[in-house]
Amino acid sequence: MRFGDVKLETKSYSMYYGDFQALRDVDIQIPRNAITAIIGPSGCGKSTFLRTFNRMNDLISGTSVEGEVTIDDHNVFEMDPVELRFCVGMVFQRPNPFPKSIFDNVAYGPRAHGVRDRAQLAEIVERSLRGAVLWDEVKDDLNKSGLALSGGQQQRLCIARALAVEPDVILMDEPASALDPVATLKIEELIQQLKVDYTIIIVTHNMQQAARASDYTAFFMMDEDRAGYLVEYGPTNRIFTNPQQETTERYITGRFG
Amino acid sequence: MSHRAASSESMTREDVTFGKLVQLAMSREETTSGARVNLARRHLVERAAFGLLWLSGIVAVAVLLAVVGYVVVQGAKVLNWEFLTTPPAGGLATSDVGGMSTTIISTVYLVFWTIVVAGPLGVLAAIYLVEYAEEMEGGTGLIPALVSVVRFAVEILAGVPSIIFGLFGYAVFVSAVSLGWSFSLRSAAVTGACLVLPVIIRASEEAIRAVPRSYREASLALGATKWQTAWKVVLPAAAPGIITGIVLSVGRVVSETAVFFVTFGGTVRAPDSVLDLTSPGRSMALHVYYLAMETRAFDKAMGTGAVLILTIIVINLVINVISRRLTAKLKGR
Repeated sequence: MRFGDVKLETKSYSMYYGDFQALRDVDIQIPRNAITAIIGPSGCGKSTFLRTFNRMNDLISGTSVEGEVTIDDHNVFEMDPVELRFCVGMVFQRPNPFPKSIFDNVAYGPRAHGVRDRAQLAEIVERSLRGAVLWDEVKDDLNKSGLALSGGQQQRLCIARALAVEPDVILMDEPASALDPVATLKIEELIQQLKVDYTIIIVTHNMQQAARASDYTAFFMMDEDRAGYLVEYGPTNRIFTNPQQETTERYITGRFG
Repeated sequence: MSHRAASSESMTREDVTFGKLVQLAMSREETTSGARVNLARRHLVERAAFGLLWLSGIVAVAVLLAVVGYVVVQGAKVLNWEFLTTPPAGGLATSDVGGMSTTIISTVYLVFWTIVVAGPLGVLAAIYLVEYAEEMEGGTGLIPALVSVVRFAVEILAGVPSIIFGLFGYAVFVSAVSLGWSFSLRSAAVTGACLVLPVIIRASEEAIRAVPRSYREASLALGATKWQTAWKVVLPAAAPGIITGIVLSVGRVVSETAVFFVTFGGTVRAPDSVLDLTSPGRSMALHVYYLAMETRAFDKAMGTGAVLILTIIVINLVINVISRRLTAKLKGR
């Protein structure tokens, strides 16, 4: 299935933790400037799949991969992971700002990539915080520690921090699961705004969230040997109103998982 | 075999519990009065245990206070500004003159160089062990093997008696057959650095390991390299623990005698400046030893001892203040 312009693609991608197969033969094409939600029961490999695109799985020893994963037709496994992560940003499940000031949190990425000029950094920080709809709330205390913010603000700070390195893709691993409903809604609105400039993949446990906030939905499930595989993938509307697979229908109607 | 043993053990335990239940059920009528008797006895035991704990606490504190108090009270007799600012005269004949000024200076120089050598080395070694080496452990090949050796060595070194470090320093740095640095600030500082290196490495390792994994992930996901992550995120977050380790080592150097007895010499003259690495000297702790063993100036030994104790107390206060401030700052308060 091909939807618009393909940004990320996997071809018979399998992934192993040691002997344990976590993902089996995943073929998917993620369209540019859209929000793709990944749903599925716990342990079906959603997060593992997400972490493929910035190779965060590399940090775990004993992992191996088969098949092909590309970003703009470049094989990510042949790229330098540091360079790859420059193009593919990530927002984690729990807000994890550094124990540094708000300014230093956002400036961290650009500084790591060699931006030294104070004025330029200030401009990047403002642009990123505006992009994450946090600027108005924190512009007067950029020197305050990022950890002093509320949970929802911390998560938007983490999004600003990811935006600051100007990636093409933003991976979000259940970005709102640790937040209250109001903060969750703010994050969802923000994600809608971000898709204008970014390709977004969001892993979520919350099916309403996937239905509300995404353009495409991929449903993962685990096999009898617990390896995750892609059951169905398509426009969110269709997946939720007219799923082609029985498993998908049973899952989204809440009959298991 | 072992599985079987475990299961039979759990069987017995179950039987016991079951047996108790039966007993309880059968003696239900006695239970109320029985529990009351039991309660009185338990209260008695409670009071006795509490009294014993209380007594042990008092005795322990009293012993400590006696040692510290005795030294401070005895030392206070000679403690005055002049004592702190006059150099010792040295020797048996002149034991009634002089103060301790040069030993304070020598101690400061010694601490400075020891930490300058051991601090960065220890912290970098800890970063290596936690951030780089840990993922190789359990593997096969030369580097994983070396890493386990290093880790083992650090653990052993932390428990080696200090005089062994002294002997090593004497043989390698002081003695004319090897480096031939003789008794000097540099011999003492480098040997002292060997002594505190395990302390710094272990404290730093613990502090670095306690830094949440999520910080590292966040940094790496932003395209920072491993070194940038370790240097800019992990190290600042681990700073309170690392500083505690370093200040503890300062205390260790200040109170150490055996190592410096065989490397620093013992002359009452201090090195001319902190850069005068080739001159010998005498630290405060060494001065206490020399005064007590080689002169009749026991009161001055007590005076120096009092200064030493006060120094250690101040160092501990400094640890508390620094780590509390840094922790508060990191938490954003």
